[in-house]
Amino acid sequence: MAELWHGYLGPGAWIVFKILLIVVPLLLGVAYLTLAERKVLAAMQLRKGPNVVGPFGLLQPLADGLKLLLKETIIPSGANPVVFLAAPMVTFILAIVAWAVIPFDYGLVVANINVGVLYLFAISSLGVYGIIMAGWASNSKYAFLGALRSAAQMVSYEVSIGFVIISVLMCVGSLNLGDIVLAQRGLWFAIPLFPMFVVFFISALAETNRAPFDLPEAEAELVAGYNVEYSGMTFALFFLGEYANMILMSAMTSILFLGGWLPPLLIAPFTWLPGPVWFALKIALCLFVFLWVRATFPRYRYDQLMRLGWKVFLPFSLFWLVVTAGVLVAFGWAPRLAG
Amino acid sequence: MIVYAAAFYVFAAMAIASGAMVIASRNPVHSVLFLILAFFNAAGLFVLMGAEFLAMILVIVYVGAVAVLFLFVVMMLDINFAELRQGFLQYLPIGGLVGLILLVELLFVAGTWVFAPEAGQIVSDRPSGSGGTTNAHAIGLVLYTKYAYPFQLAGLVLLVAMIGAIVLTFRSRDGVRRQRVADQLARGPESAVELRKVKSGEGV
Repeated sequence: MAELWHGYLGPGAWIVFKILLIVVPLLLGVAYLTLAERKVLAAMQLRKGPNVVGPFGLLQPLADGLKLLLKETIIPSGANPVVFLAAPMVTFILAIVAWAVIPFDYGLVVANINVGVLYLFAISSLGVYGIIMAGWASNSKYAFLGALRSAAQMVSYEVSIGFVIISVLMCVGSLNLGDIVLAQRGLWFAIPLFPMFVVFFISALAETNRAPFDLPEAEAELVAGYNVEYSGMTFALFFLGEYANMILMSAMTSILFLGGWLPPLLIAPFTWLPGPVWFALKIALCLFVFLWVRATFPRYRYDQLMRLGWKVFLPFSLFWLVVTAGVLVAFGWAPRLAG
Repeated sequence: MIVYAAAFYVFAAMAIASGAMVIASRNPVHSVLFLILAFFNAAGLFVLMGAEFLAMILVIVYVGAVAVLFLFVVMMLDINFAELRQGFLQYLPIGGLVGLILLVELLFVAGTWVFAPEAGQIVSDRPSGSGGTTNAHAIGLVLYTKYAYPFQLAGLVLLVAMIGAIVLTFRSRDGVRRQRVADQLARGPESAVELRKVKSGEGV
C-alpha cells in the first residue's frame, strides 16, 4: 500500500495539484480578458464599457458565464450530434493542454520536455480541428464557409510561424522552452530578430482568428461563421478556447522573443519582481496589442489575407531564416552541440 | 512499469481500433477523424519508445497539415455511397493483393534477425556516443552525415511531386484582371488626384 502511494498516487496527486494551479488562474485570466477587451475597446472608442455589474463592471464576466451556463444547448436537427458536441470540447481541451509545457520561472513547469517548442507548435496546429469539425457538423452553409476559410487561413500562417520558430531555434540550439528563455539572458531575441518578431506576431493574430484576420466569423457576411449554430455552454467553450489561445500565443511570443520570465535587465530594481510576475506582465502587454489591433484595423479581404500569408510572409521568413543561419555561421555564433 | 505497460496497451489498442474504424465507418468524414485518432495513438507509442521528436513531427505533419487537407477535401466531396459499394467485389482481389504484399513486407522487417542478422543494424542504427544527446540531435547526427544523400534525394522527389501537381492543375486564363499591389502602392496623389477649377453653372 505504501509503495502504491509513493509510486503512483502521491506523484499523481501532486501533478493534479500543479495542473489545477495553472488551469484555475488561466480560466480566471480568460474571463477577465473578455472584460479587459470590452474595457479597452470602449476606452479607445471614448465609451465607458461594462460598468454596471459590480464595481467598474468587475463582476461582468461572472454574470456572462452564469448566463451562458443557464442557457439551453440546442442541437440542430440536421446536425451530426457527436461531432457537433465534440468540436467545442476539442477547441477547449487543446487550448488548455498546451499550457503543460509553458515555463513560468526557472524550473517552474508541469512537463519540462525536450521538444517543448514542437509540442506547442503541434497543439496550436491542431486548433483548426475544432473549427472545421464545428463547421461541418452544424450542417449549415454559413458555418461551413467559415470553417473552410479558417482551415485555409490557419494552415497558411502555420508555415510562416514554423519558419520563425526555426530561426529562433537556430540561435538557441535547443527545443526546450526553458533553454530558449535562458539563451536570452544577454539580449532578447526581439531585438536581433525584430523582423521575425513582427512576422510571428501578425501570424499569431491570424492563427487565433483575431481582427484584422477574423474572416472565419466575419459577422458582416457569415453571420458568425463556424459557431453560428452553437448556443449555451457549447458556445461558451468555443469562446473560452479562443481567448485561452490568445493568452497562449502571447505566452509563446514572450517566451520566444521577449525573454519569458527574465527581467529586462539583470540589475537591482528589475530583479525585485519575481519571474512569474515579469512573465505575466509580458503576456499582458502582448494581449493589449492584440486588443489595440482589433480597435485599429479593418478586416482584411480574403484574397489579401492569403496573399499576405503565402506571397509576403512565407518568402520573407524563408529569406530571414537563411540570413540568420548565414550570420550565425559566419561569425561563429552558432550554438555548439551540448552532448 | 505498470503505468508504462498500461499506457502501451491503451495506445496500441486504440490505434488498432481506430484503424479498423477508418475502413468500417459509413461516413467518410468519420473515417478521416478516426484516421487522426490513429495518428495520435501512434504518436503516443513513439513517446513511450522515447522518440518524442518523431512523435511531435508526426502530429505536426500528418495531423496538423496532411489530415486537415484530407478532411477539407472529403467534406467538400459529394460522395455517392451506393455507387461506392457496388465495386467492392470487383476491387477485392487488388485490395487483397496490396494488403498481402504489405503483410509480407512487414513480416520481412520483423524477421530480418532470422534471415540476415546484420540487417537489423539498419533499423537500430544509432550514432556512437549518443547517450546524453536529445532525440533531435541524435536524428540530425545520422540524417545529415550518413544518410545525407538519401535525405537530399527524398527532398528532390518531393520537389518533383510538387512541380508535377502544379503543372497538372495549372491553367492560364486570358483576360483576368489581377490586382497589382505594388502598382497600387506606388501610386501617389500626383497621378491619382486631379484638382480642377470648376466654374459655377458649367460643370466639368
